[in-house]
Formats: sequence, C-alpha cells, structure tokens
Amino acid sequence: MLKIGVLGLQGAVREHIRSIEASGAEGIVVKKVEQLAALDGLILPGGESTTMRRLVDRYGFMEPLREFGRQGKPMFGTCAGLIMLANHIVGYDEPHIGLMDITVERNSFGRQRESFETNLSVEGIADSYTAVFIRAPHIVSVGEGTEVLAEYEGRIVAARDRNFLACSFHPELTDDHSITKYFVQMAEQAKLTHV
Amino acid sequence: MNTGTDRVKRGMAEMQKGGVIMDVVNAEQAKIAEEAGAVAVMALERVPSDIRAAGGVARMADPRIMEEVMQAVTIPVMAKARIGHIVEARVLEAMGVDYIDESEVLTPADEEYHLLKSDFTVPFVCGCRDLGEAARRIGEGAAMLRTKGEPGTGNIVEAVRHIRKVNAQLRKVVHMNEDELMTEAKLLGAPYEVLLQIKREGRLPVVNFAAGGVATPADAALMMQLGADGVFVGSGIFKSDNPAKFAKAIVEATTHYQDYKLIAELSKDLGTAMKGIEISTLEPAARMQDRGW
Repeated sequence: MLKIGVLGLQGAVREHIRSIEASGAEGIVVKKVEQLAALDGLILPGGESTTMRRLVDRYGFMEPLREFGRQGKPMFGTCAGLIMLANHIVGYDEPHIGLMDITVERNSFGRQRESFETNLSVEGIADSYTAVFIRAPHIVSVGEGTEVLAEYEGRIVAARDRNFLACSFHPELTDDHSITKYFVQMAEQAKLTHV
Repeated sequence: MNTGTDRVKRGMAEMQKGGVIMDVVNAEQAKIAEEAGAVAVMALERVPSDIRAAGGVARMADPRIMEEVMQAVTIPVMAKARIGHIVEARVLEAMGVDYIDESEVLTPADEEYHLLKSDFTVPFVCGCRDLGEAARRIGEGAAMLRTKGEPGTGNIVEAVRHIRKVNAQLRKVVHMNEDELMTEAKLLGAPYEVLLQIKREGRLPVVNFAAGGVATPADAALMMQLGADGVFVGSGIFKSDNPAKFAKAIVEATTHYQDYKLIAELSKDLGTAMKGIEISTLEPAARMQDRGW
C-alpha cells in the first residue's frame, strides 16, 4: 500500500490522515525526520505557517524536506502548507521550503471574520468543489511550468508544478476526497517512474 | 460565498491543534509568543493571576491593547469578553479579533444566559468542566472548547479533573445505546442533538484545548496526554523568570508530549515557575470555574 505522510508538528493532521485513508493509501503522522525515508508522498497541512516554520527549523526538518521534494517525491501543501512550499512570499526576503515555482501572499482574504466557504471548479479534479478558506493565502503568480488548477474571483487558489501540488483552501475539512485522491495518484505515478 | 459557517469557524480551531495559545498584555509580549511558536495569542489587559490579585470587576481589555497586538503579529489574535456581554463581544468582532473567548476569567455580565454565539460571524471558544457544559456551549454556537481549570493559580489539578470528566462522559455517550441517550441528555443537562452528533461521530464536534493552571512544560504535556487538542497558557509564561525560554519550552513539550527525555531537557534551568495557589485555600467566591451556567 502507498504510504502518505502528514507533517505532524502542528495543525489539521488528523483530518488529512482520514482523507488519505479514504483515498486508499496508508496515512502516517510524521514527527521525526527519520520517518521521511519510507514515504511515497508528503502532505504539509493547514495550521499556522509561522509556528510550523519554527518547529521545522528546531527539529532539523528543513534540508530533509527539500531533499524529499528534489528526489521527485510528491508534496502537497494546503493553506499554511502552500506557504511552506512556495519559492516566493510577498513581503518576505526568504521562502520556507521554497521548492514550488509560485509566489504567495499571506492572509490575503482578510482576518478570520472574512474567512468563507464557496464552490469552485478544480481543473481535472472536480467541477464543483466545496472549498473552505480560513485566513487563507493566495497565489499571486506562477512560474512557466506551473499549471493553474483553480481560481476564485481572479485569484489563483490551486496549482501544480511538477511533483508539487498546493491549494489555499482546506480539502481536509470536507468529506469530498477528490483532491487527496488526485495527490495519491501523483504519488503512485512517481513511485512507478522511480522504481 | 458564505462567511461565518460552522465549518469556517470550527475549521479555524482545527488549524490551531497541537499548538499553544498564550496570554499577552502588550505588543512586545505578543512578539515573544510568536517567536516562540505560539499558534495564537490572547490579548488581555491583565493575566488571570493579576486579575485575581487586583480584585474588583474584570472587563474586556482596552481596545488599544488589542489593536497593538493585532498590528504586532501575523498569528491569530483572540480576546476575552465577559459571559453574556453582547456588546463587548460585538465590539471585539467589529475590531476584527480572530476569536473571542467568552470567559469566566472576567466578571460575568449575565448570571443566567450565555451569548448566542451562532449569531456572530467571529468564532467563539468557551470553558467547560463536564460534557453537559461542553454540549450547552456547542448548542449556543461555540466553535471551540477549553477546559476551565482554575485560571491564574498555576495549579493543574482542576484542568486535569475537567478534561478527565469530559472525556469519561464522552466515552460513555459514544458507547451507550441510542435509546438511552435522551435520559443521558437530561442527566447531563445537554442538548439531545449535540449528544446524538457526538455519539454518531465518536468524538466532540469541536476542538477541545486545555486551560486553567498550566504552569510548566510537563503540565502542558500532561494535558496533551490526557487528550487535549492543544493548550492555553495564561499567567505561566510571562510570570516566569525567562518568558522567551519558558514559552519555547512549553511549545516543544506540547508538540512532543510523549518524548520524556526531551521534556527533561526543556525543563532544565527554566528558573522559577509561578508560585501557584493550593485550590482548597481559595474562597468559593474566588473560584472562577464556577462562573458559567
């Protein structure tokens, strides 16, 4: 069975595990660097990106995470996870993991009272997907090779660049597992190509 | 497009899981908290132990403090309103505070009714000591819970009592027959529909943090081990000798609550924790946990 990890330092970890299992893969909570080697794919969950970054640094996750992505293993960032993956963050000199060719802006829909849910079309995944946005970031621009998967009111909210998938919203908070399934398929294909 | 839905409000609390929410009284403390890895800060005029010491009526903080803190950090900012004080809560919502704590730490404005939290766009967290209280608050629209513990004492015993009670009653409800549920609702003083949802999903429909007495990294880890989704730390951090170090240690102990060697390392040379109060020495009127109905 395919093994998909969820970085378990902080945030909506349990919900992603549930969604991975509903998508037919094994979900593993990752708290230690040594666990990365056994994984076919990794989800960076929603949470607080500032907090997550501090914990990533403190436990020496940064280089191992970069190495994981450079090996071609799929990584999927949701909300805070998207911020972790982006190679440019508006207003900051340095990115976090910085592997995905996108520029993101934090809290770009406002504070919590402006958080919302809406229905979106996600390219190649779903025609009507209930997307929950919580103090969400958005993708300001994407690199040449990056495919835009969803937009909301002219702002990019989901994209894929090679083995990296990211969205501004929280697929783990609904019972629609189609985006997680798509990611599990990415991991399946990556495994086939690399074996 | 819908704002303020249950999913949006409860989802916000889900994102805080595994994290520490710290009480702060100014922008400088908020930055220390953010730097240490707090998932949110609670902006206050005084921390609970100072509220206890000052006596008198404790109210919503000066909006200037909230404003300062909101400008100082990018993590979410919470603030406390008095139980049942509709206008304090609306003021905090209008200011753009990310989460409101309808809190027994402040002097209640209403001794009979809590806020109808489902009426607000901003999400609320409320205290609980047992499943009945937890379910009533969920019924009113709370999107997050926390054990009450006994705030400002630095004594974990009440928080432990409350989380054990909630979880024991939760297990009972999940395993009982559905035809026994109405009587259980009556005994607990809980809305039937909330209990039915708990039974069907096998868990509380909202996140439940621990609060009220967490004074050391080991206390935070203890609450996680007893099943809390995260931890609120009030007076513990900024009443300690070295707040920055203390805050970091609490965050790490919460993340790795079963790594006892790490907790031992974190607990070294932290300086003196807050002195703390033995619960039996508190006069009944000084017990904050008994506020709320």
